Amino acid sequence: MRIDLEARPARSTLREILSPVAALLVAILIGGVVVAIMGRSPLTAFQVYFVDPLSQFYSLQAIAVKASPLILIAVGLAFCYRANLWNIGAEGQFIAGGALGGWLGLLTHDGAYQAIGGWWILPAMMILGVVGGILYAMIPAMLRVWLNVSEILTSLMLVYVAQLGLDWLVRGPWKDPQGFNFPVTVNFDPEASLPILFEGGTLHLGTLFAPVAVIIAAIVFSKTIFGFEVRLVGSSPKAARFGGFDDKRIALAAFAISGGLAGLAGVAEVSGKIGQVLTTISPGYGFSAIIVAFLGRLSPVGIFIGGLVLAVTFVGGEDAQIALQLPGDLTLAFQGVLLICVLAADVLSHYRLRLRLGAVS
Amino acid sequence: MSFDPQQIQDVLVIVVTAATPLLIAAVGELVSERAGVLNLGVEGMMIVGAATGFAAAYLTDSTMLGVIAGILAGAVLASIFAFLTLGLAANQVASGLALTILGRGVANLIGSSFVGLKRTPAPHLYIPGLSDLPMVGKLIFGQDFFVYFALLLTGAVAYWLMRTRSGLTLRAVGDNHSSGHSLGVPVRRIRLLAVLFGGGCAGLAGSYLSLAYTPFWSPDMTAGRGWIALALVVFASWKPWRALAGALLFGGVSVLQLVFQTWGVPIAPQFLAALPYLTTIAVLVVLSIRDIRGAAAPASLGIPFIPDR
Repeated sequence: MRIDLEARPARSTLREILSPVAALLVAILIGGVVVAIMGRSPLTAFQVYFVDPLSQFYSLQAIAVKASPLILIAVGLAFCYRANLWNIGAEGQFIAGGALGGWLGLLTHDGAYQAIGGWWILPAMMILGVVGGILYAMIPAMLRVWLNVSEILTSLMLVYVAQLGLDWLVRGPWKDPQGFNFPVTVNFDPEASLPILFEGGTLHLGTLFAPVAVIIAAIVFSKTIFGFEVRLVGSSPKAARFGGFDDKRIALAAFAISGGLAGLAGVAEVSGKIGQVLTTISPGYGFSAIIVAFLGRLSPVGIFIGGLVLAVTFVGGEDAQIALQLPGDLTLAFQGVLLICVLAADVLSHYRLRLRLGAVS
Repeated sequence: MSFDPQQIQDVLVIVVTAATPLLIAAVGELVSERAGVLNLGVEGMMIVGAATGFAAAYLTDSTMLGVIAGILAGAVLASIFAFLTLGLAANQVASGLALTILGRGVANLIGSSFVGLKRTPAPHLYIPGLSDLPMVGKLIFGQDFFVYFALLLTGAVAYWLMRTRSGLTLRAVGDNHSSGHSLGVPVRRIRLLAVLFGGGCAGLAGSYLSLAYTPFWSPDMTAGRGWIALALVVFASWKPWRALAGALLFGGVSVLQLVFQTWGVPIAPQFLAALPYLTTIAVLVVLSIRDIRGAAAPASLGIPFIPDR
């Protein structure tokens, strides 16, 4: 048997929109089979994973809080991936931003700023977060641009370095002296914490960064020359060079946007959700955001929806651990299956599949 | 600080054991990349191999069956990658990442009921007399069978790639799939076999970790070794014997941690743990400055192939 791919005669926007939806459905079906094999009812699992999180106000907030970093990171990744740059170290850039921004929160702890007032702390933290992410992303970017070192490997290696570095900071110099030797820092002052949007909720101001980033990115991609350059460098680098575009500058800019947004997501997580710095500040947002980027077909609006979908699986997965005693790693496996389905569906939206029985070529 | 020959041998033995999983996974990936397929899912295939290998070995009480299960698990995961990238000509980088994410999830699912369980480690060679030789006995004649197999594998792959007709065909497919196709070479079948071989090797490397290196399963126990193996292939300029040198170098770096601790060097353990990753980056940088990378990489590496019949 052999598989042949036949290019579809025309592109269809409808097909391109439907392909991730179809991929999600197939992934859910596969997940259902796995759940059934594990001896649980697939229907109940579907209810717990995908319906219940959407029907309670509390979990809707949890979805928004989880979706926000995923969307921020994935929007940045879209710039890199469209330019054919494989930044897979967003997790490290997230940590770098969270650490650098969080550092200011620790410095200003306990009213150390009282003489000049505390209004500037939050904006400064956010800026430091962005700077931290950009600086950390510049390492693989500059190595790639000037020395042609594979950004895939360097950006990924730097994730491990960032995780270990944060671990060292929180266990060492940043440890709360009154923390009974637990590896935690002091809590941020209210002036260093992103405010909760309404009384008694969990939704913090940082959740709003995601929709803003989506709108700006959508405009950049569709209306600016830079957006066009990024797409052209990715799809036909020779044409871009012939057209006089500076592909090195574009690569550095794409990495900077990607790292900056990941860093912003990191500092928002630390300041808005956690309220202090811990040895681990991300449940793998940087990697799940890769799935979000592809689920959204590298378009900002698609990423917004994709981020919400993935956040539902995170929240539903936590509920399923309690309600159905399903292991939390099922969520991770599901996300992997989902990405595989998305990649397959993407091909099928451009090609027809012909199965032929007989000799393989 | 004294240099006891026995201690030096002990350190070298640890270097070799740390290098072995890297070497096995790198040689597998090297074959796949020589055929023109960049499979970034090594880490995922490795961790699934580790979980499956341990589970099978624990349930059957046989290290051998565990190894076979680990190899098969790696190959099964590789076949998913092959379907995506060869069958559907999907993007190889994204598909490899998908494989890594899927692998981590699946491995943790398989391994969840085996956390905290222990087995006796895989047996070591023992030749009376030879293995007891001072200085070199344990190092040369007292390793576990994975180590010897890894060396055999490297030699066999080096010979096969460079000295046989089928090895030449595989390299040709990796250098120019279109010419291969027009000469009637079954490009996708060769690539499928190469990818499955790479998956099997990654699975074997993983099962080495859970059956010999640390004879238990723990989540995320591969700790980026799959990615280091990928870097090793670049380091080795796609040549098997150079992968051996690279694996020993990285084995040495990861052992530094132990050595520094025994000497009582006051460095935070996190910095020592970060050394293999920093070394990887440093090595890639040095290589690119010398620029042997461009000349050596298979020309069709990572480019999807759609036969036009």
